[in-house]
Amino acid sequence: MSIAPPPTPLPPPTPWKLKHLLGLEELSIQEITAILDTAESFGEVSKRSRKKVPALQGRIVFNLFFENSTRTRTSFSLAAKRLSADTQDFTASVSSLSKGETFIDTAKNIEAMGADVMVVRHPTPGAPHLLARHVSSSIINAGDGAHEHPTQGLLDLLTIRKKKKKIEGLTVGLVGDISHSRVARSNIWGLTKLGAHVILCGPPTLVPKCLEKLGCEVAHRLDDVMHRLDVVNVLRIQFERAAGGQFPSVAEYSHFYGMTQARIDMARSDLLLLAPGPINRGVELTPEVADGPNSAILEQVTNGLAVRMAVLHLLSGKFDQKPSEMGL
Amino acid sequence: MTQPDRILCDAARLTAHITSLADQIASAHHSDIPLRLIGVRSRGVPIAERIAHELTTRLGIAIPVGAVDITLYRDDLTGSGRWPVLRGTDVPFDVEDAEIVLVDDVLYTGRTIRAAMNAVCDLGRPASVKLAVLVDRGGRELPIHPDYVGMRVEVSPTAIVRVHVAPHDIDEGIFQIERPKQARK
Repeated sequence: MSIAPPPTPLPPPTPWKLKHLLGLEELSIQEITAILDTAESFGEVSKRSRKKVPALQGRIVFNLFFENSTRTRTSFSLAAKRLSADTQDFTASVSSLSKGETFIDTAKNIEAMGADVMVVRHPTPGAPHLLARHVSSSIINAGDGAHEHPTQGLLDLLTIRKKKKKIEGLTVGLVGDISHSRVARSNIWGLTKLGAHVILCGPPTLVPKCLEKLGCEVAHRLDDVMHRLDVVNVLRIQFERAAGGQFPSVAEYSHFYGMTQARIDMARSDLLLLAPGPINRGVELTPEVADGPNSAILEQVTNGLAVRMAVLHLLSGKFDQKPSEMGL
Repeated sequence: MTQPDRILCDAARLTAHITSLADQIASAHHSDIPLRLIGVRSRGVPIAERIAHELTTRLGIAIPVGAVDITLYRDDLTGSGRWPVLRGTDVPFDVEDAEIVLVDDVLYTGRTIRAAMNAVCDLGRPASVKLAVLVDRGGRELPIHPDYVGMRVEVSPTAIVRVHVAPHDIDEGIFQIERPKQARK
């Protein structure tokens, strides 16, 4: 048997100095590619019977969640544990915040306990950016309001790249509530940087024309664009963020924008279907579509773990080559 | 790369050293335990493949080759601004109860091998782990000793010993490079 030689990486333009992951808007194409490459090689660790490597031994990863989350928080915790870091959850409802402590004071207290990384989810856009300016720990944005959710964007990119073997030149549809979706924003930045054509589709109240400024195409009739798509990412209606009144009824939304088998049949047979979850079966997509052959929804969850391991590893900055190869 | 100050071994002698390693491994091997080679990325892997090729001829059975990436196991990494190169561990066989021979290009402090042993043992419990290196340059910082050695060289602690081997390099051989001023950490 023979093991293929590794592809020669292009010489990177600047020293690697990624300290925080705040959004895909701030990342270069090379940085995004480096994260995806690292995540692909982390997939192997999750397939071992002993799913753990000592890369982050002795480091502390704090989860600061000011909004409900189960899967993202669990995914980050598991990712940290697979790298042998210690993890600690901090939940806003039982904290001193309810006693009047400010957000920054809370973070500074956690920093004083030795947090190397803080994974932050907050309803206010820019909250992780604010922390990055006030504490010395690495900050990972796990979702800030309707702004960005970079690890979700990265795991969508990884799933597309693994399934389609490329991203450049693909046409990717983002369907649903683009206005209130941080997942959409991270997808748009990542996909356009890597050379995909992005079509945003939904009712005009949720997909305003001004989104074209982000380098996307805006469409309001899903049936008209289905045949052009290589990938469709079906976003959840953000009932908690939408003020209401953006569409007459859930049933009507589902009629025009729900992903049904009839719509899948309009598209190419190799259409890749993604959904960030949690999915509302029967609203954004029908059960037969969610569980059908085009769906990669559960692979997204697996890839999410690999992406979060990669990000935690890469923010630590410690990944020199063997000393003999560095001349040591 | 930097101009080599000394050629320690040319391409023909490099091949002879690989043959010698295969001879040493073959004569020490007991046929009742499965023999498997694992190269340490990057240059340990092509060396392991060439040894395995020669072993296959000598022993009459195919000797599988795997690869370990030890980046996640090192204890002495610093944030040096280098870009990440994680090539991944790829061991397509069961290490459980096998005789594993770790293969690397240069043996120096022993820290790489310490990390590689941990990486291999995370995959299962081998019957034994042995170490084959193309060049032993001395200077150990851990109690690690090679079982099979291609060549031994004596160089100053500040020197760099670099192995060039296909497909990573065109000009095969073993080279000594005197380091510019930058002190070793």
